[in-house]
Amino acid sequence: MHANRLTHLQALEAESIEILREVAASFERPVMMYSIGKDSSVLLHLARKAFFPSKIPFPLLHVDTTFKFKEMIAFRDQTAKDYGFELIVHTNQDGVRDGINPFDHGSSRYTDIMKTQALRQALNAGKYDAAIGGARRDEEKSRAKERIFSHRNANHAWDPKNQRPELWRTFNTRLNPRESMRVFPISNWTELDVWTYIYSEQIPITPLYFARPRPVVERSGTLIMVDDERLPLAPGETPREEVVRFRTLGCYPLTGAIRSDAADLPSIIMEMQASRTSEREGRLIDSDSVGSMEKKKQEGYF
Amino acid sequence: MATGASNSELALVLIDARKGVLTQTRRHSFILSLIGVKHVVLVVNKIDLVDYDQSVFDRIVAEYRAFAEPLGFKTLEAIPVSALRGDNILATSERMPWYRSTALVPYLEGIDVAEDRTSEKFRFPVQWVNRPNLDFRGFSGTVASGTVKVGDEVLIASSRKPAAVRSIVTMDGELERAIAGQAVTLVLDREVDVSRGDVLSHAGETPEYSNQFQARLVWMNDDPAFPGRSYLLKIGAQTVPATITDLKYRTNVNTLEHTAATKVDLNEVATVTIATDKPIAFDPYTANALTGGFILVDRLSNATLGAGTIEFGLRRAQNLTYQSFDVNRDVRARMKGQAPRIVWFTGLSGSGKSSIANILEQRLTAEGRHAYILDGDNVRHGLNKDLGFTEAARVENIRRVAEVAKLMADAGLIVLVSFISPFENERRLAREIAGDIDFTEVYVDTPLEVCEARDPKGLYKRARAGEIKNFTGIDSPFEAPTDAEVVLHGADAEPAALAAKLKDWLEL
Repeated sequence: MHANRLTHLQALEAESIEILREVAASFERPVMMYSIGKDSSVLLHLARKAFFPSKIPFPLLHVDTTFKFKEMIAFRDQTAKDYGFELIVHTNQDGVRDGINPFDHGSSRYTDIMKTQALRQALNAGKYDAAIGGARRDEEKSRAKERIFSHRNANHAWDPKNQRPELWRTFNTRLNPRESMRVFPISNWTELDVWTYIYSEQIPITPLYFARPRPVVERSGTLIMVDDERLPLAPGETPREEVVRFRTLGCYPLTGAIRSDAADLPSIIMEMQASRTSEREGRLIDSDSVGSMEKKKQEGYF
Repeated sequence: MATGASNSELALVLIDARKGVLTQTRRHSFILSLIGVKHVVLVVNKIDLVDYDQSVFDRIVAEYRAFAEPLGFKTLEAIPVSALRGDNILATSERMPWYRSTALVPYLEGIDVAEDRTSEKFRFPVQWVNRPNLDFRGFSGTVASGTVKVGDEVLIASSRKPAAVRSIVTMDGELERAIAGQAVTLVLDREVDVSRGDVLSHAGETPEYSNQFQARLVWMNDDPAFPGRSYLLKIGAQTVPATITDLKYRTNVNTLEHTAATKVDLNEVATVTIATDKPIAFDPYTANALTGGFILVDRLSNATLGAGTIEFGLRRAQNLTYQSFDVNRDVRARMKGQAPRIVWFTGLSGSGKSSIANILEQRLTAEGRHAYILDGDNVRHGLNKDLGFTEAARVENIRRVAEVAKLMADAGLIVLVSFISPFENERRLAREIAGDIDFTEVYVDTPLEVCEARDPKGLYKRARAGEIKNFTGIDSPFEAPTDAEVVLHGADAEPAALAAKLKDWLEL
């Protein structure tokens, strides 16, 4: 490294830290979304750095849809214990009562009730005025144009046509009563940046990202891991062991695995450098309809 | 457009070879230079549709270079391409043998746009005070420019107090020095008053600290900017109320000529002077974008309305202290045996403002108090006879009246201001101008139908007939106050009763 110049990753890290500090300084009740994935792991690491030696001055919120991979939940609880942050777990109890699941109700209705509605419930209950998330511009079109400080009205809705201009790093953090802000500190990172940062900072992540033999079934070209007995199998369908890993993590019945033998970070990074597709390709909820993510965001999805 | 430019070092200016340099090309290029983008690539696209004709390309480039010359870009490269066919995108195209320079992507990969900002003056805007426990007090922020080392003496811009850097703290361990771009936490060697928004620098290299400056403003909202209107200004971590005090000129984006103006519309660029309610630390934008660029925010909607780049501080403000005379407001007020104050009546024409104010003045005078009414009509005939009824004129009208009310209150009077004052922004401005003088907003809330039926001056009739334009309540809005101290319902009681009620409330 040139002594008078930050490396690419150092510059990204500093930018994200500045954003996190701006949130802590400008809002009364911020909260950080914690989805247990690699981006959340990076966010958590950045938040620890931003406020050191103070503790992270806001809680972390996990919206548990009840269909997350078992390993994710175990990793979440271990991480909370290791770092001692305040963890809030919220599940939409109405959805649990009605037995909402992705098999009988479809991915779109299930996601709306167990993710979008659940998130709104949790944000309203906590009266949070800023919710920090790990979304990045390179993930998806509607995220590319979203601001770092993204304004939401009293119903958590995003108005893509009426976004606040965002100049330099002078963020407009002002809100009227009941409005809120979604904040994306790693907006400008790419998937490759995330992986190289995890590698260089030795950030713990869930083992689901590493290739291992796992029980899977193949459905319309997508490999679904049979994480528990709730996944209904078609007549004649039997799970088989395959060496797979996940590029992105969500609810196990809606998250496609990829065939890969990348079992450690350097192999993942090498695989990534050769990749030409978005990580969200494995997310079944994104392909429900055209402009699907933008629509979900307007309704309050993260 | 400005949003993207503000975080970029290089811009591609795309041109359709069939259409050449357009107004939009010039506007965008001008904004690029205003925001300080130093490197431009003029990408002349669709060259296939003009048969790869060198003369078309040369003509466009010559025209653009002539326009961009005063914009001061460090590098300006022009490349003819066909994005559709890939000509000169990844590799130079055989279809344009006359073009001998590099293709677009290799050019972008080769150019070095990074600036070494470590040798510049040290600026550290404090973002967050880091206080985990009683034994640790650090100041978290990002080094905007320059370098700071352990042991350096730094100066706090607001108090001009010095302190030395005891340590530079990060989770990865303490640093010996921090350079531009690094997010760190500084611990100082002594107890000094530092809070969010303060700027640390080295002694002898301090930023300007003033409440007035000249700036260039890019307006980004449908509602125009007016001199006299109050906004929130955010620069670095500092947020303060601010007013455009003078609109010097607008810059025509096509010709770069200066033209006189009374307002700044969407996408326009103007040169203005701005006064802030309290001094702020800043640098000229050309010296430091992070301490010289600001945004203006609407005080009601909180929308980001515009962005500005500071040209220079107005030194005058630093030396100007208000004359403090031996005879002051308190002395004059004691002589009169009353507490001076401003009572600001707002409400529709015909709502009863002036009637109530008149009766109140009579009663106060009868009791030996000194009161004075500033009435919309009277003032418009004299002091403000040069002002019309456009939005800009209304803002100026209110500003002058508020200043006069302040002077009168300063002289010890109870000032009753009876003005329609339909806009929340202007009423707030009046309250701010009043400063520490007691200010009471009285909303005479009388339904429009009642006012229109009364129509004491026949104005509603004329407005309905289209003879008067911009008439409040008819074709110009009245923003009902939400935070008036007193609300009087003008349709429910006689002016005398309302005046008595108000007098009680004011404890006069």
